[in-house]
Amino acid sequence: MTRRWLISLGLAAASLLISSAAMAVQAPSSSADPALEARVMAVAEELRCLVCQNETIAASHADLAIDLRKQIRTKLAEGQSERQILDFMVERYGDFVLYRPRLSATTVLLWAGPFALLLVGGVVMARTIRARKKQTPAALSEAESARARQLLAQTTSDS
Amino acid sequence: MKRYLLPLAVFLVLAGFLAVGLNRDPHEIPSPLVDKPAPAFNLPRVDDPMQMISTQDLRGQVWLLNVWASWCVACRQEHPLLVELARTGAIKVYGLNYKDKREDALGLLRKSGDPYVKSVSDTEGLVGIDYGVYGVPETFVIDKQGVIRYKQIGPITAEALRDTLLPLVKKLEAS
Repeated sequence: MTRRWLISLGLAAASLLISSAAMAVQAPSSSADPALEARVMAVAEELRCLVCQNETIAASHADLAIDLRKQIRTKLAEGQSERQILDFMVERYGDFVLYRPRLSATTVLLWAGPFALLLVGGVVMARTIRARKKQTPAALSEAESARARQLLAQTTSDS
Repeated sequence: MKRYLLPLAVFLVLAGFLAVGLNRDPHEIPSPLVDKPAPAFNLPRVDDPMQMISTQDLRGQVWLLNVWASWCVACRQEHPLLVELARTGAIKVYGLNYKDKREDALGLLRKSGDPYVKSVSDTEGLVGIDYGVYGVPETFVIDKQGVIRYKQIGPITAEALRDTLLPLVKKLEAS
């Protein structure tokens, strides 16, 4: 019994060790300055890792992402602005590198498209509703009104 | 009948877009560097690190910059083709040895043949970043004025070479 406990305790300790080692790998190579590091990560959050396209450069483990974080760190330390760094990345990797692509001739459809579709949908809906309102219901035929009277009489007698 | 026309048209347009989208490789991201001047570099040669090669030295000729590394598996796929190409002498290919160890790079060239006029070492990958490299191998076609005219992402295939790269180089050399 005690041996089993010891084994599971050992396993738990080992997994803790492994996971903390993994955490250490995950953390970007930190500089001495936590404020700078926070800014590096803020910029990296805006950028797509082109190797694993659904991750940010901040989250990615790819070699390229590590290199790019290093670049961001160097540039921030040199006193460049976030905007300058994003420009630097777009010049090299294109608009796709930005998670929030800028408004330009090529991205205008991307930004305005959903609103344009919403507008078209709204107009179509408004017109349909208006057209439907204008329709006056056709008068009931003799047979129909007789049937309606019969049904009404039924419901009143039932209750 | 007429009332089905609009939904049908919308469906066809959507299907058209999706068909195009499905046939595209999401890993091939068009480079913003095409038709822009090739980023300058001045890097040591792989075979002789004391000697430097800069983009300035390569002006006035049409050349290919092939980004490669000994650790890159896909590069091995295109390597024989590059060696073959070097034998014909149709295009001058310079190598950018990306984030590689010099000994490893030399080892590979010794073993599999050296298709490059010269290779330069980009040990830190900084020139690679300047060229927007995100997946090795990549190949840039650079004209006499030092402008990037084309970027091949991924290994060069025989078809890409025959249908795109060779005709383009021929055209650029004539101009």
